[in-house]
Amino acid sequence: MTERPRYPGYDVLAKRDTPSWDAKTREVIAQRLATPDAPRFFSAEEWRIADALCQCILPQTDEGDPVSLVALLDSKLLADNGDGFREAAMPYMRDAWRQGLAAIDGEAKARHDSRGFAILTDCERNALLLAMQSGEVNGDRWSGLDAKAFFERRILVDVPALYYAHPKAWNEIGFGGPASPRGYVRLDGDRPDPWEAAEAEPGQERVAEQRNDHVI
Amino acid sequence: MREYRESDAVDFVIVGTGAGGGTLAALLAEQGFSVIAFDAGGYFRPLEDFASDETAQNQLYWTDKRVLDGPNPIKMGGNNSGKAVGGSTVHYAMVALRFRPEWFKSRTALGYGADWPISWQEMWHYYGIAERQINISGPLTYPWGPKRPRYPYRAHELNTAGKLLAKGCEAIGIDWTETPLATLSAPHAGPEGKSPPCAYRGFCRFGCTTNAKRSALTVWIPRALAAGAEVRDLAMVGRIETGSDGRVTGVQYHRYGGWRFQRAKNVVVAGYAVETPRLLLNSANELYPDGLANSSGLVGRNLMTQTNAAVWGRMDEPVRWYKGPPSLAITEHWNYDDNKDFHGGYCWMGQGPLPIEWVSVQTGARGLWGEDLRRAMLDYNHMIGVKMVGEMLPNEANRVTLADDLDQYGLRVARITYAWGENDKALVNHSLEQMSASIQAIGAKDMFRQEDDTCHLGGTARMGSDPRASVVDADCRSWDIPNLWVCDGSVFPTVGGVNPSLTIQAIAIRTADRIGKLAAAGKL
Repeated sequence: MTERPRYPGYDVLAKRDTPSWDAKTREVIAQRLATPDAPRFFSAEEWRIADALCQCILPQTDEGDPVSLVALLDSKLLADNGDGFREAAMPYMRDAWRQGLAAIDGEAKARHDSRGFAILTDCERNALLLAMQSGEVNGDRWSGLDAKAFFERRILVDVPALYYAHPKAWNEIGFGGPASPRGYVRLDGDRPDPWEAAEAEPGQERVAEQRNDHVI
Repeated sequence: MREYRESDAVDFVIVGTGAGGGTLAALLAEQGFSVIAFDAGGYFRPLEDFASDETAQNQLYWTDKRVLDGPNPIKMGGNNSGKAVGGSTVHYAMVALRFRPEWFKSRTALGYGADWPISWQEMWHYYGIAERQINISGPLTYPWGPKRPRYPYRAHELNTAGKLLAKGCEAIGIDWTETPLATLSAPHAGPEGKSPPCAYRGFCRFGCTTNAKRSALTVWIPRALAAGAEVRDLAMVGRIETGSDGRVTGVQYHRYGGWRFQRAKNVVVAGYAVETPRLLLNSANELYPDGLANSSGLVGRNLMTQTNAAVWGRMDEPVRWYKGPPSLAITEHWNYDDNKDFHGGYCWMGQGPLPIEWVSVQTGARGLWGEDLRRAMLDYNHMIGVKMVGEMLPNEANRVTLADDLDQYGLRVARITYAWGENDKALVNHSLEQMSASIQAIGAKDMFRQEDDTCHLGGTARMGSDPRASVVDADCRSWDIPNLWVCDGSVFPTVGGVNPSLTIQAIAIRTADRIGKLAAAGKL
């Protein structure tokens, strides 16, 4: 993103060893940060398609160390860790993803001279996804899966949740992050506790950065 | 913990340990009954087992297979299910409200829905007991309805989201108050143990790690154990058996990798509005081919949810709504105003979604993704929202049936079919107008509406005075089988426009009283 950082220098992980994090939280976040960046649920081909898809849904183009959303998605599907239900016209989560990725790739090939989704340009990928969201994509390639429903209630439910479960996203939006057992003393928004993120006024980034250096 | 043998025909097997089953387990055990409370979920120790993390705490929800159907499928998950000892009270938002008195006679007093077989005066008595035993923190005086006693604990301090809700209500000329909440505002010691006051960490809906939350897990289960009840966790009850005399004899349950049988003199089903009818229907046998307690044909029917629509907007000043319980302030104005052209009522409360829930609103209500989504998320700390809990009307076509899909135990899963009626839509539209006006009046910008969200459930084993038109009587006892009971939100004939947990607990307290009296009279 080209936006200026709202919370310059804020790192929620700096609180890892403070009273804001308990042992269980340290354990589950460490596990998340150590998610293997290689397919365990997906095939190599599915992984490439899903990776391209995740980059469209949550683009991380202009900053260092992107979160590997495809790895987190693969891990989620491997554990089959979802809501459990299916809509009557949809398969359960894992099957929906396998079927949906194959259909997206098939749709890409049909529209773009046999080029699969993973090798389309950003612009072509986004156009295809927008067509799915608008309900303009359907047909045999989808073997009964509703492309719009898959986009809205599978892709847009599963992928963004993976990004906003990551400390990098919490830094970006100024979320306090884990807060047990310490919690908060000051409940007001304009008078935060010292262990909350400081938001930069335009032109005052340095002030916020100094405060965020002392978030512990 | 006391443990019973499977060959012991215990006085009560209770299936489910949430607001209904957990409460009943404690109060029956304290009267000397032998009780085993089953739960399909685990018995968590919050201080060691709960993370401060939205994703990890998915472990608290019922995520077994289910099929959603109908024109307005009810999204299942965190805000309407639980799979843990303590049920969904382990992750509820702790909002502890009384029904409006007229709702107990909504058919005769207000012209819609169905009457409850219990008077509001009697419920007022049991609400009082529930509020004292759960140690609700609430305002000194409550602006709506008949007088009620003072809440046992003082109201919580408002966060900015709560203060802005108050300002918005005042701007459009309606009352607001601090929300009565089941989390402590001061240290507490009681028969169930000691608890610290709330630390305002804001993860209430993902399990409280400090035990300040007053849930079935912290209030009723410790009392149940102290009184000699057994809590059998990770035990999925799949079938209730009946004998040749038509009475229930016990339950088939899955634990440690196999099916087992526990004998019982009485069985109480307390699995909430989806799992309760599913169990009754899955227990069909030669004697009861349509499922247990189903001579009325109403098991699974009249499923209700509550509308959970919201209006969101951005403030210039920082709000930081992640701090404190999410719903610290409330208005029940439209529950007590009958000058509307539709049936039913609603309240609305302040909000404090954590990042994952917040992004699901951005994608679900606005369809955002890509750069637009990330940019919108940057305003997280400046957002406010007001969200309704609204009454939906009972409709026999909204129901739980059995699907052909099988779950991990080999049991047929629930098919949940739902359609909104015209009245439901009118109520949502009215609330959206009112909520929008309230936050617009205080300077919210870039407002948007979340129209189709839903929350609590009820209604699939309704109580009533007529065996042909209800599943259980006022004592939560099934009309068909005298030693089979239902005690959870399924028994609600109407859901009202407030969160149901306090009413479920009040009903359970009453049921425990009634069972004691029936036993003393030799009528069990």
